[in-house]
Amino acid sequence: MTTRKILIVDDELSVRGSLEEWFREDGFHVETAEDGNRAIAKMEAGPYDIVLLDLKMPGMDGITVQRRVREIDPGAAIIILTAYASVETAVEALKLGAFDYITKPVDPDDLSNLVRNALRQKELAEENLRLKEKVSELIQSAPIIGGSPKMRRVLDTIRTVAETDSTVVIRGESGTGKELVARSIHAQSKRRFFPIVAVNAGSIPETLLESELFGHEKGAFTGAQYRRKGKIELAHGGTLFLDEIGDVTPKMQIDLLRVLETKRFTRLGGNQEVSSDFRLVCATHKNLEQMVSEGAFREDLYYRINVFGIEVPPLRERPEDILELARFFVEKYARAMGKPLRSIAPAAEEVLVRYRWPGNVRELENAIERAMVIGQGPAIEPGDLPLHIESGGGTEPAARSLAAVEKEHIERVLQEFDGNVTRAAKTLGIDRATLYNKLKRYGIRR
Amino acid sequence: MPVPVHVALLNGYAPRWTDALVSGIADALSVPVEAFPVELDTVVAFAPGRRQYHATLLLAALLRHRRDPAAKILGLTSMDLFIPVLTFVFGQSQLDGPGAIVSTHRLHSEYYGLPPDEGRLVDRAIKEAVHELGHAFGFVHCPEADCVMRASTYVEEVDLKASEFCSRCTRSLEEAGRR
Ligand SMILES: Nc1ncnc2c1ncn2[C@@H]1O[C@H](COP(=O)(O)OP(=O)(O)O)[C@@H](O)[C@H]1O
Ligand SMILES: [Zn+2]
Ligand SMILES: [Zn+2]
Repeated sequence: MTTRKILIVDDELSVRGSLEEWFREDGFHVETAEDGNRAIAKMEAGPYDIVLLDLKMPGMDGITVQRRVREIDPGAAIIILTAYASVETAVEALKLGAFDYITKPVDPDDLSNLVRNALRQKELAEENLRLKEKVSELIQSAPIIGGSPKMRRVLDTIRTVAETDSTVVIRGESGTGKELVARSIHAQSKRRFFPIVAVNAGSIPETLLESELFGHEKGAFTGAQYRRKGKIELAHGGTLFLDEIGDVTPKMQIDLLRVLETKRFTRLGGNQEVSSDFRLVCATHKNLEQMVSEGAFREDLYYRINVFGIEVPPLRERPEDILELARFFVEKYARAMGKPLRSIAPAAEEVLVRYRWPGNVRELENAIERAMVIGQGPAIEPGDLPLHIESGGGTEPAARSLAAVEKEHIERVLQEFDGNVTRAAKTLGIDRATLYNKLKRYGIRR
Repeated sequence: MPVPVHVALLNGYAPRWTDALVSGIADALSVPVEAFPVELDTVVAFAPGRRQYHATLLLAALLRHRRDPAAKILGLTSMDLFIPVLTFVFGQSQLDGPGAIVSTHRLHSEYYGLPPDEGRLVDRAIKEAVHELGHAFGFVHCPEADCVMRASTYVEEVDLKASEFCSRCTRSLEEAGRR
């Protein structure tokens, strides 16, 4: 058990002294402060589990101190101590988030109960947070589907890598399942009882990414109203999944390198070093070697992160996996939508296997989800799939004439409106006469 | 060399069960214990508004009467003790410090409107004395239900615990003694 920390803020020396002894004998690490400014300085060097705060002090008034204390560390339980039972200040203090309120002199039993309850509540809140992270993680760590030799090799590598604590780089096109692989590594590693925290470097501007990763102190920049822990700190004990590492700017590359080497860093706007024990797993769809040779990615960082490499092949290179994945997603969405299971008609199977899947598994998953939403029959038919897939758009795009595309498109729209020419024409942006002419020319039946 | 304990009987307070207290402390701490009277100036410690004695000030006065700086001193009194922020205390000590003070004022059953019970009183006095001395020997509170170092803020809690250290505390007591 770590030693609990308490900060006693009271302007009376005798009160500070006797409470300090009382809490020390109870096993606390005790700090005291005689006024608001000193209390705030101590808080900034915190954290504390409990702050015992006298509301009536010279200088800064207690309510202001309380507000500042909460801003600095929202996690500390504040117990208000006062000589006078003033209902108004009590109500205000509680409104500002004080745990409770107690008048001097205090019944020792009341004080120890109060402290015990405050600690219990704090523990519960922290436990809740941990459970929440764990639950969301369990929901997200789904199985990796695919019996193709290429995927089996990937699964083997995951198992090997999971046993080590080394940094891993996962490569592959977008949508191939890189994040899934990262979560699977974490779920099989000894760090699995701690969180895996994901950050996408590609989707966040540099300045935000910095505070996202390293956290910030209150007032570190405009809008930083509270101290916030960064993802690196949150990943303590667990895994940090840094997606799109190829998109990290040169400055951030230096910062990252330093953290990886020392496991220590400072929050933005802070000067206290924080340490975090995390394992880094990164992913990218970029060619890091080429970036290194072009000077866009630091060589030293490259060598530090590239201890293990896992290549997730694009879906078109493992067509054996397509139907297995498709059936898996049918089941997944049937369950999620509370709908009966549907089979996949042979014609639709053929369409799925023939398509090139430039968006990889993500595109396949989206196609199946859509089919489960719009389709009605007991089986998924080619017509339930997006047109560009149904028509094999990805296979030989250049070989198709404009006319063929137009014909298929008209057919689709017409089908969507149950053969209602007026509404189909409106959607297509042409008048009814033109549509009738085209129907005749292409031999389309309504 | 075990650190001896001196029991200072304050300002004429010398209950007839003093011998029981002395041997109770000796049993729990495995140290030599002796008792002798001490006269303190209590005026500075008296708070007329509360009609109680400031335990910290009283303890400071007691420490000035130490005979042997190598011994731990325990003041025994029947005066009602307080520290400024609390309504009362059974006793007061300094963690790892030279001494402690214990009051029997709120250990009497009569204080709670019950018939006198000397057996209980002695029992409670030993527990509180050992507890406060425990702090002076460097012990913090122990979560074990019947350990003497369990925190007790009302008398029923004192009754619930034993006058001895639990096995975990005993082990660290022995280790401290060997050092
Ligand atoms: N082998 C697989 N088995 C099951 N689902 C997969 C598989 N590969 C990818 N997915 C799913 O496809 C979607 C995209 O995967 P993701 O890991 O986000 O890809 P990436 O990180 O490479 O862009 C996710 O919903 C993921 O669960
Ligand atoms: Zn104690
Ligand atoms: Zn114990």
